Amino acid sequence: MGLSAYLMLAAALFSVGLYGVLTRRNAVAVLASIELMANAANINLAAFSRFRAEATGQVFALFSTAITVAEVVVGLSLVILLYRSRGNVLLESASDLKG
Amino acid sequence: MLDQVAFAVVALIMLAAAVKVVSSQNLVHTVLWLGVMLAGTSVVFVMLQAPFLAAIQLILYTGGLLTLMLFGIMLTQRDAASLTIPNPSHRRGFGALLGAAAFGMLAGAISKTPSLPNEHGAMPGTQELGRLFFTQNALAFEVLAVLLLAATLGAIVFARKADAGVPSESAGAEIPARRTLPRTNGQHANPGKGA
Repeated sequence: MGLSAYLMLAAALFSVGLYGVLTRRNAVAVLASIELMANAANINLAAFSRFRAEATGQVFALFSTAITVAEVVVGLSLVILLYRSRGNVLLESASDLKG
Repeated sequence: MLDQVAFAVVALIMLAAAVKVVSSQNLVHTVLWLGVMLAGTSVVFVMLQAPFLAAIQLILYTGGLLTLMLFGIMLTQRDAASLTIPNPSHRRGFGALLGAAAFGMLAGAISKTPSLPNEHGAMPGTQELGRLFFTQNALAFEVLAVLLLAATLGAIVFARKADAGVPSESAGAEIPARRTLPRTNGQHANPGKGA
């Protein structure tokens, strides 16, 4: 298995996640798509770590995992806030935020 | 040979799950497919000889985050009808175009890179990972702890009921927002359905 196979898998997952972020209307579904993209980045970090036989990439992947989880926690609380003020979690109902 | 077959199977499962995550009309299905994708990522980590990362992936993402997202869905959907939300079709084509363009660019860059590292020696174990965490990256580790604390506090502040012990200004701010609800819905529902 070459490194490029892992990079290609991560690139495909990232692109699918990008499509999801751009097209999903529900805020929770957008968060799920962001998870796809973050995971693709983690796969890249772990793959480079393996093929260079250094553990530093895994350290970075762990940092990015923790940051992603923190981001989803804040994101979900924002979703709940959105629901409380708008009555639904569709992103277009918050489009008045753009000012 | 065997690891190539295993990689192909896992990669196909992950890609199929990812496509279901972005295309499934039922929100609960979306999150469950995300769970399949995250578990697949954990398998990829095992293939990359990163067992600690694989365990963290299973515990933190597939265990914790999925439950959290399901809670997020259950708390914000009134009935079964609001669980199914179709995508507007005009944005779907745009999203597919940008997604395909991103993949084309990334794949082109990967295939054109002259020398990706190919041969690899023995992978250092989890012990080395811990050593790196607490020597070279100790400062980043501490900063991360502060970030997690800030995220926890932020989540509590955001998700708390507005009138539970905070000043009247935030309770007052919520009322006009509720009033705009029918107007905002009416404005956007019609063009969305027309397109």
